[in-house]
Amino acid sequence: MEGSHVMAKNVLEVEHLQKRFGGLVAVKDIGFTLKAGEILGLIGPNGSGKSTVMKMVMGIEKPNAGRVVLDGTDIAGWPTAKIAHQGIGLVFQHSRPLHRQTVLENIKLALLPDSLLRLVADPSHDERARAIADRVGLGGVLDRLPSTLPFADLRRIEMAKALAREPKVVLVDEPFAGLTPREVADFSALIHGFREEGRAVLLVDHNVKSVAALVDRALAMYLGEEIASGTAEEVTRNETVRKVYMGGEIAAHPRPDLVQTSGSPLMQVKDLSVRYGKAQALEGVTLDVREGEFVSVVGLNGAGKSTLFNAISGLLPKSGEVVWDGAPTTGRSVAQIARGGIVQCPETRELFGYMSVRENLDLGGAHLEEAERTAQLESLLELFPRLRDRAKQAANTLSGGEQQMLAIARALMMKPRLLILDEPTLGLAPVILDQLSQALHRLRDTTGITVLLGEQNVTFALPHSDRIYVLQHGHIVWEGKPDAFGAEMGDQYL
Amino acid sequence: MKTILRSRLLWLMLPALVIAAVGPWWLSAYYLGVLTMAYYFGVFAMSWDLLFGYAGMVNFGPTFLIGLGAYGAALLDTYAGAPIVVCLIFGGLMSIIGGILLALPALKLRGAYFGLVTLVAVLLLRYFIVIFSGFTGGEIGMMVPDILSIDTATNYEYALWFMAASALILVIISRSSLGLILEATGQDPIAAAALGFNVAKHRLAAFCISALFSGLAGGMMVFYSGTASVGTVIDISIGVQIIIAAVVGGRRTILGAMIGSIVILLADELLRPLGQLNIFVVSGICLAVIIVFPGGLLGLMHRQREGA
Repeated sequence: MEGSHVMAKNVLEVEHLQKRFGGLVAVKDIGFTLKAGEILGLIGPNGSGKSTVMKMVMGIEKPNAGRVVLDGTDIAGWPTAKIAHQGIGLVFQHSRPLHRQTVLENIKLALLPDSLLRLVADPSHDERARAIADRVGLGGVLDRLPSTLPFADLRRIEMAKALAREPKVVLVDEPFAGLTPREVADFSALIHGFREEGRAVLLVDHNVKSVAALVDRALAMYLGEEIASGTAEEVTRNETVRKVYMGGEIAAHPRPDLVQTSGSPLMQVKDLSVRYGKAQALEGVTLDVREGEFVSVVGLNGAGKSTLFNAISGLLPKSGEVVWDGAPTTGRSVAQIARGGIVQCPETRELFGYMSVRENLDLGGAHLEEAERTAQLESLLELFPRLRDRAKQAANTLSGGEQQMLAIARALMMKPRLLILDEPTLGLAPVILDQLSQALHRLRDTTGITVLLGEQNVTFALPHSDRIYVLQHGHIVWEGKPDAFGAEMGDQYL
Repeated sequence: MKTILRSRLLWLMLPALVIAAVGPWWLSAYYLGVLTMAYYFGVFAMSWDLLFGYAGMVNFGPTFLIGLGAYGAALLDTYAGAPIVVCLIFGGLMSIIGGILLALPALKLRGAYFGLVTLVAVLLLRYFIVIFSGFTGGEIGMMVPDILSIDTATNYEYALWFMAASALILVIISRSSLGLILEATGQDPIAAAALGFNVAKHRLAAFCISALFSGLAGGMMVFYSGTASVGTVIDISIGVQIIIAAVVGGRRTILGAMIGSIVILLADELLRPLGQLNIFVVSGICLAVIIVFPGGLLGLMHRQREGA
């Protein structure tokens, strides 16, 4: 097996791939190769460009430059269907089977030729579809409708559909998202099966940890560029990778303990669980935030941070309870919760792109009295001087860092009692992180505001935090002071 | 389970068809006339459902395709005196050609934008007919020299069997491999493309099939009523009525669209004693059905069967 790897020639060669969206360079100069029977992990945090690379290989996005060579043919920029015929298959993360058709019919769909004239499927398809279903573990539910199946089985249908096309290269988007440990083992075995059949596999995931046991090699991306490649272990140990995921050295600078530890907390989350259809996104999360405290929830992308915040803000149906200022928020609308003082600054920023910086801020403070609004605006422009310079500029012409500052400032214009910051560092360059970090520092020390921060970048979160929660796979696995994090949690985080 | 239900529905249709076929023996000439129109509307709605229910394309202008077929047939009959069958085929072809000319650029657009283009197409066709009124009869419409029959019962049977044949063909297409692929492209075009299906090709095919049946039915209606007029085959409100019938009957069922058309046109007549209010009441009922049972009448039946 090992020998054949060395001899085998590359099935897929990706060279100098580049993609721009307007002024944003999403992918710059990415390249890798895949041999038959080889598994490569393409990893990177949200916004790193890994999904864009996958989409370009599949033809869902057209590259601006670069080559995607499959068995000697450059397929870069081809339409998706043609690339599929050429031998590349994609296992989608979110399965959307046909709901009125059975599992078997869904698999048979994938076996059909791309022809308008075939009204009746080839009789051999039935047998083939059943064989594929057996392989992915759907043999027992062939005649069921997808809506009656658990989440893992829906993902098996996606696997089956991709397999049905007999692809030479299989791209798998977040292979293990939302699966239980047992199911993860099943799917790992399946992906191993692809290798044994001589298919080349590209696993796209947030972090090395989840795919480390499976991949021959990994390539880590950040801000559209390759930052490391090698074995899973080499990538995990790589300094740049550690910096990207954790922000380099883990250091804590807790402020003197000025926070009252007695009395009832400002917000308590009790036994909160959230499901997305059949996937369990959060399970039994319990945490509290006291008045004036700066609390961070850290966890890798996909751990459930945004889900937690959206549930608190009332955007998602949940079980469990959120107690705000002594009263449960159950039954309150999103707007009522926000007016109650919980303001979320979402990961996606949600700025009004065509409005100016000033207009965005004014909208945030629309409910304030004139004098109060002016004062608040002034103090925020003090906090983020860059926004003063850009006041008349349209929000979508700002750089990523400036947009993040504007998003935070707009949230603060609402004068929240609790500010929820969801991954403010997403996709930001290191130099911007410093500025943002300083602004948060000043905010914490001068206003006494209560903050709940969600971060993947531990180093960014630690210096500000009074307390830390670690979220993994929808569970809180650790809680403590930042100075204890390095010793107790530092190694297991990545 | 699903397949049983489907075939059961088809079995239910057979006795219904027999009862309808002997309609001239137990229905008044007046109701035969109403049902004749309802059957043509049934074909319009079924053609529309193939596009919306399966291929996921919202065609706000079904009357663009219908109007091309109707006027194509009417013009050929008036100016060339061709036999009715030739005129109908010509109308169907006109509808397909017009459909392709419209769809080729429009298929690149998504969702509502595609819908807007189809809406504008109806307006263009309407202006075209009005501007060339010397040739097309303009707002008043054009009388055609030939008609299917002067006998109400014969006209009724023509419409019934034309609808039945259209329904059979459209149901077969929708349940075929092609229908399966169409449904997949309608639901998630990217995923369908990743399975190797040329989405544009399949959408264009769906558009052509829809155009063919719309055009043929439009032509048939012209030779039934003896006139082609903007008010009966092109007006936007006719298109809206078709869309409502298809949605009330049940999206993605083909037969539901047919049932919806018949139910709505009959309800319109039965409530005629209400005077001007009848359209208001029927529209209100349709609105309620769409809001309470988005799956439509047939969708409701599916759900009950599944629950049982």
